[in-house]
Amino acid sequence: MSEPNTDVIQGTLDMLILKTLSLEPMHGFGIARRIERISRGVFKVNPGSLLTALQRLERGGWLDAEWCVTENSRRAKVYKLTRSGKKQFENETADWSRRASAIARLLKAEG
Amino acid sequence: MSLWRHLVRGLRALTNRGAADQDIADEVESYLEQATAALEASGLSPDEARRAARLNFGNATAVREQVRSYGWEDAIAAPLSDLRYAARRLRGNLGFTAVSVLTLALGIGASTAIFSVIDGVLLKPLPYPQSGQIVALRHTAPGIHIDDLNLAASLYFTYREESRVFQEVGMWMPDTASVTGVAEPEEIPAIAVTNGFLAVLGVQPAIGRRFTASDDDPRSERTVMLSDGYWKSRFGGDRSILGRRIIVDGSAREVIGILPPSFQFIDRKISLLAPLRMNRADIRLISFCCQGVARLKPGVTLAQADADVARMLALAPVKFAVNPGFSGDFWVSARIAPRVHLLKEYLIGDVGKTLWVLMGTVGIVLLIACANVANLLLVRADGRRQELAVRAALGAGRGRIARELLLESLLLGVAGGGLGLALAYVALRVLATSGMEHLPRIHDISIGPTVLAFTLVTSLAAGLLFGLIPVFKYVRPQLSIALRGGGRSLSPSKEQHRARSLLVVTQVALAFVLLAGSGLMIRTFQALRHIDPGFSRARELETLHLSIPESQVKEPERAIRMEEEILRQMAALAGVSAAAITSDLPMEGGTNDPIHAEDQAAQAGTVAPVRRYKFVSPGYFSTTGARLMAGRDLTWAETYNRTPVALISENLARELWRDPRVAVGKRIRSGLKDDWREVIGVVADLHDDGVDQNAPAIVYWPLLQSNFESSATYVFRSVAFIIRTPRAGTPALLGELQKAVARVNPILPVADVKTLQSVYDRSLARTSFTLLLLAIAGGMALFLGLVGLYGVLSYSVSQRTREIGIRLALGAPLRGVTVMFVRHGLFLSGAGATCGLTASLALTRLMKSLLYDVSPADPATYGAVSAGLILAATLASYLPARKATRVDPMEALRVE
Repeated sequence: MSEPNTDVIQGTLDMLILKTLSLEPMHGFGIARRIERISRGVFKVNPGSLLTALQRLERGGWLDAEWCVTENSRRAKVYKLTRSGKKQFENETADWSRRASAIARLLKAEG
Repeated sequence: MSLWRHLVRGLRALTNRGAADQDIADEVESYLEQATAALEASGLSPDEARRAARLNFGNATAVREQVRSYGWEDAIAAPLSDLRYAARRLRGNLGFTAVSVLTLALGIGASTAIFSVIDGVLLKPLPYPQSGQIVALRHTAPGIHIDDLNLAASLYFTYREESRVFQEVGMWMPDTASVTGVAEPEEIPAIAVTNGFLAVLGVQPAIGRRFTASDDDPRSERTVMLSDGYWKSRFGGDRSILGRRIIVDGSAREVIGILPPSFQFIDRKISLLAPLRMNRADIRLISFCCQGVARLKPGVTLAQADADVARMLALAPVKFAVNPGFSGDFWVSARIAPRVHLLKEYLIGDVGKTLWVLMGTVGIVLLIACANVANLLLVRADGRRQELAVRAALGAGRGRIARELLLESLLLGVAGGGLGLALAYVALRVLATSGMEHLPRIHDISIGPTVLAFTLVTSLAAGLLFGLIPVFKYVRPQLSIALRGGGRSLSPSKEQHRARSLLVVTQVALAFVLLAGSGLMIRTFQALRHIDPGFSRARELETLHLSIPESQVKEPERAIRMEEEILRQMAALAGVSAAAITSDLPMEGGTNDPIHAEDQAAQAGTVAPVRRYKFVSPGYFSTTGARLMAGRDLTWAETYNRTPVALISENLARELWRDPRVAVGKRIRSGLKDDWREVIGVVADLHDDGVDQNAPAIVYWPLLQSNFESSATYVFRSVAFIIRTPRAGTPALLGELQKAVARVNPILPVADVKTLQSVYDRSLARTSFTLLLLAIAGGMALFLGLVGLYGVLSYSVSQRTREIGIRLALGAPLRGVTVMFVRHGLFLSGAGATCGLTASLALTRLMKSLLYDVSPADPATYGAVSAGLILAATLASYLPARKATRVDPMEALRVE
């Protein structure tokens, strides 16, 4: 691999999952692959953390889960965003952008 | 909503752990499949793809655990599974479990039973609102040698009129009422009360009204209140009873109110409340007739109440004139002082001491039970040394192992507590019908929330107590030793035995304490049984109460003649050898007043001490079996002629004239204006206040007298009959007695039928109750202690089988081996007995107030207990020792 991959930044995994699922319902591996792909391999998702996070988000009421048969005709637990999950995602995104731009400004500041 | 979701999901996962685990496992599996499929699609061979996916995924089990451990239910699930495991292990060893649970159930059950008695009698408040404000108005009068003095009517009015600390003052006296015209004539328990009485208690009638001041006035119409039970049983709960009149003691009285069903007062069964009618203008200073109760104003302390009463005591002689026949300085020289008690304390009396001693006793039994179970657990843990060591070596945390061991013992504790509760319930039912009927507040004893909490806490504490011992010993196993294969080459070390030996020594010591306590109680009981109470063969003495109301027979002499006629009817019954009449039965007290002797001038500034008065018919002494020490008995002629004569008790004769024979012919009187009365006889002492109390000085007067205690005619209309017959206590005799009464007067109700033996037994009730419970506890302690000793020695024998085999093979004599084990047992029990002896000498001092004529350090008791204990211990050691001699050397060396 050309670039060293990193674990997902602490605290952002929930947001990345919500973002991924806001595009379409997906199973666990799909989410991991999507995150790795879109981040061009910068972020590597730890399966244990991912499954635990999914459990947590589901308990929190932001995701619904259902066992389905996938396109490659295997059984998988498919997660989809609930309405409160969407709202949570919007909040987290707004929050994140605010913080990211603040950090970016700090890093750019000179003298 | 999300909290709800957490809760529901968590519960679902908890109740269906298998499905939840399966779901996680499925998801992990599907994740791997999807990953494999994706890698395959990128061109890897199926095998390589699977391997890469697994590599990428990491440890699948760890991931499952990680996901699983999310959620609150995980914190519960782990201990739950430990609990299930502990329960399964206990089920797996039923013998051990049964013995432990039973042992604990005995200990916890006994503690729970005694605690529920303590809770009901001592701890619960009385069933009245703000019952902490209700006080009993008692006094002392050291000047006339009375420790505990009643309330006088003069003081009642003084307290009502002058008090600064009381909200309300009430006076009452026990009474009986004979009700006619409703059903069969019957005598029912009643109390006479002043109008403030119910207000003091804070009791409102269920229907109708309370007494008012006008009900207390002798000139107003007579009124009564009925108890709920009496109203329902005799009048069918008919509300129209209010305003109707019923015939009580021969006169019509209007029913003005019905008490609530919950009403109870002291331990008296009460069917009827009547006003205590007094005319204030007629009251003289001295007549300590009644009991007083009062409700303190909020915030007033007992000390303040005492101070205020002391102030008012000085006012009473100003407000009320002294009785004729009493010296004017009586009040001052009697030195009457206040003794205000909380009503609850007055009611309980000193039974608290007995109960706490018993609580301590059952506490000790529980400790012994715990020691036994701890011993069993140690043996069990010893058997699991290897397993525990292996688990520790494989990385099981100390906490986890400790938790497991503790859970097991807590489970045992709770199971023992549950069974103990059932035992306590049964024990209370048995006690309520046999030993405890003389206990105050017995109706308040029940297994309520406080008792349940006590049982739970005791069970858990016991579980923790005996559970921690093996935990401390085995949680840090010496791996090297334990793993070495069952210590094949080693006999168990001394160190291993130390904990168990210590437990046995403790058990024996505790058992010694209890046995010493029971021994002292037995000696007390024996001492009491040997005291001559002042009457004989009480089992053959039937007694009953009768009263002849003035409304029926007005003339005093005719009333006595009617009593005599009834007596003759009774004496003529088959099997009756003697019969007599008395104002108060032996051991049931009487009145108390001073006595003046003609030939002994009162010393200035002192008052003659009060003596017990009883009024008797001729033949009373020969009927009860009281010995006449000098002189002669009364005659009926003297009674009817009102001849001024009296008999006195031996101790009074000795006090006044040194010799009973000298006393005959001397003259005495009660009031200073009374006629002098000639002492015609001296009778043996009577333990009237209970066998364990000193016999009071008693004066026996005739039933009918003139010019006595300032009354022109003094007559006893309410009397007890005593009938000596071997048929006493039989229903047939009672029927005949009732017929005998009816032949003379058909509307006289017979009340309070009992044998004198029951009166005697009641005076021993507390001692026999304590003795019974202590003996049971001592027996249990001895049994458990011996079981513990036996267990330790047997285990030691089984552990040392190889050693014994070697000894025998090398030619040790069988006897030598037996002696070795018996000596070990004796050493343990000897050490226990020594510790127990020391502890007993300290602890039995606490029960001094329960003992009579026995020192708490009674050498005979201690000797007997030591000897008995050592003997029993020898037996308990000999049995396992014999087992050791049956060891076959070849077998023993071949085992393992």
